[in-house]
Amino acid sequence: MQYDRILIRYGEMSTKGKNRNRFVVRLKRNIQKKLKAFPNIKIEYMRDRMYILLNGEPHEEIMEQLKTVFGIQSFSLAMKCENDIEKIKATALAAVQQFSYEGKTFKVSAKRIDKQFPIGSNDLNYEIGSHILRNTKNLTVNVHEPDIHVRVEVRKDGTYVTCHDIPGAGGLPVGTSGKAMLMLSGGIDSPVAGYLAMKRGLEIEAVHFFSPPFTSERAKQKVIDLVKKLTKFGGKIKLHIVPFTNIQQTIHRQVPDGYSLISSRRMMLKITDLLRKKYNGLAIVTGESLGQVASQTLESMFVINDVTTTPILRPLVSMDKTEIIEMARKIDTHDISILPYEDCCTIFTPSAPKTRPKREKVVHYESFIDLEPLIEEAVANTETIVIDEEFAAEDEFEQLF
Amino acid sequence: MIYLDNSATTKPFPEVIDSFVTVATKYFGNPSSLHELGRKAERLLIQSREQVAALLDVKPNEIIFTSGGTEANNFAIKGVAFQYRQRGNHIITTAIEHPSVAEPCRQLEELGFEVTYLPVNENGVIDVEELARALRNDTILVSVMHVNNEVGSIQPIEQIGRLLQQYPKTFFHVDHVQGIGKVPLDLKKAHVDLCTMSAHKFHGLRGAGILYVRNGIRLSPLLAGGGQELQLRSGTENVAAIVAMTKALRMSLEAYERQSSRLLAIKEQWLNELKNIADIHINTPLDHSAPHIINFSLNGLKSEVFVHELAKQQIFVSTTSACSSKKRAPSKTLVAMGVEQKQAESSIRISLSYENTLEEIPVAIRAIKAAIKKLQEVTR
Repeated sequence: MQYDRILIRYGEMSTKGKNRNRFVVRLKRNIQKKLKAFPNIKIEYMRDRMYILLNGEPHEEIMEQLKTVFGIQSFSLAMKCENDIEKIKATALAAVQQFSYEGKTFKVSAKRIDKQFPIGSNDLNYEIGSHILRNTKNLTVNVHEPDIHVRVEVRKDGTYVTCHDIPGAGGLPVGTSGKAMLMLSGGIDSPVAGYLAMKRGLEIEAVHFFSPPFTSERAKQKVIDLVKKLTKFGGKIKLHIVPFTNIQQTIHRQVPDGYSLISSRRMMLKITDLLRKKYNGLAIVTGESLGQVASQTLESMFVINDVTTTPILRPLVSMDKTEIIEMARKIDTHDISILPYEDCCTIFTPSAPKTRPKREKVVHYESFIDLEPLIEEAVANTETIVIDEEFAAEDEFEQLF
Repeated sequence: MIYLDNSATTKPFPEVIDSFVTVATKYFGNPSSLHELGRKAERLLIQSREQVAALLDVKPNEIIFTSGGTEANNFAIKGVAFQYRQRGNHIITTAIEHPSVAEPCRQLEELGFEVTYLPVNENGVIDVEELARALRNDTILVSVMHVNNEVGSIQPIEQIGRLLQQYPKTFFHVDHVQGIGKVPLDLKKAHVDLCTMSAHKFHGLRGAGILYVRNGIRLSPLLAGGGQELQLRSGTENVAAIVAMTKALRMSLEAYERQSSRLLAIKEQWLNELKNIADIHINTPLDHSAPHIINFSLNGLKSEVFVHELAKQQIFVSTTSACSSKKRAPSKTLVAMGVEQKQAESSIRISLSYENTLEEIPVAIRAIKAAIKKLQEVTR
């Protein structure tokens, strides 16, 4: 007897009342996309559980992929059998025997969800436990901290046996919370903000500001690589690359040094908001962390935020840099982020930007320049790339490998 | 031409040469340069690393590109020895390793390291229990080749890996130069920590090799400098040869999937034909040996003259391994297997690739018989 399915337990969404079906269907679709390399699997879903029938596909690789799908609380390899006590005993024993169990401890937790089944949970525990003990060597019972936790669920459609729970990524299925634009600079913070936004079920489109010739193709490549890392969690992601050189140069010429940074940020937010509207998003996600740099003091946030009433989500607002770095390492974006190429944030940085800018002043400085046509031009010339996990920017290389 | 010396080097695939030429002409930039040409070269390098890692089922940052098998073997052995000297100074290897493993070990002995050379049985295979007995508290490295280059014997790598699981302070290096694409090795399942491969043994070009370094292992660099190859192997990357190697690896592994049974059938046929020649004694173990290497002895006839005699007919074979053939010493592996001196001195190696065919066999056998007859006349 082999493990023939993977049991998936939903995260928070099992509490989502009438909307639950929408969440479950979305999760199924996300899992299906993630596992498209395994054509023989079949996904069955119920109100509170999902099952992936393996049909001979390799479970190790599938389980590795499942760890990156949001909306899964935990999952386990499972065996299914008929609701018959002898069959249940044999299946539970087979499930244990798939592990190298010698010298280990176990316990059985049976749940009788189908109350028509004649044997109660306690009796089931006893029957199954003693059957396993009789037929194995060097395996003992420990009900407090077992190495192998044999869980048996007797349901209407059959009995499921699992031995080992693997924690899932948690959160909500990507796409169930709506769409937001992620401002992606290329630094350490914004990819982490994107990851956390997706974890709460948001679908994201990334916006990057590109200032050639001051920023190089390498900076652009870096952002593409970062988005590619995020697609591991969110499926396909659109990346909008906004040409920003003209605006940045105009601001640099016209706005006093201490305020040029704030003004640039305001324009970036304005453009992002226009793109949000164009692509039907409902929020903007940034990697801002309160007080981290000059543009992220509360005063600066207030002045920058002034250009829009769209909700701005700042998942990192209360996180320390060390926590952010740790998370960036975990999602594998850190090593890309630290590559030393100039980006839109590092060039034109004044030597002493204002940390407590005044709204009236920046509005006053901006009143001398007509940025609207430049903004429209930037939006019109924005390049959009759709990136997925297999994305390769250089088609010209294809023949070489 | 009948080329039967694939363990010395293989003929590069034409597609591989195409890649090399394109990269060397179009993308010749230095991957460390900031401009567009540099960026493209860097992309090629990244893509190569990702593809090699995927083909070997490991992580990209576990792949270090080297100049070839010799450098990778030197790097693995000396890198561990120098990095972990505080931990211990005992190394275990076998009596039949390629010189690029044996010589670094000898150099380390001069520097005060202790090296145990495990013997092999008559089939050219070490005894894992003997390895278990040789392991000590201060053993920092076990280096065992997967497929022997002279006779094609296969070492029990998975079994050794399992054994070494109980010795977390001992690293496990495998010279997989002759095995890759011919005898599968699952690096994770065999708990291999370091693994060497060389491009020109699988239809790539010389000048590129691979060292797999499992995450968590630090190596003291052999080549210090600009910090290329994840700070481990300095020197401007040989991008064209690396891209070519990546393609060669993909094509060789695909060839294995499609043609491994055909290769085995060719080897069987060779063995059947050779066994029928009276003056030939087969040295390669008949059971559990690599599908592409056949070693036999000519009953005391001079093997060097035999090689030249066959070469006149455009049939290319080797006396022992190409690397040792200039030393005029008897095959080290055969001596270790306990083959008589006279036989060991007259050994010939045939090594196949997926390019060889069954049709070549009768032609080559006829030439071999003729050569033996001619040599016997001269010797008498």
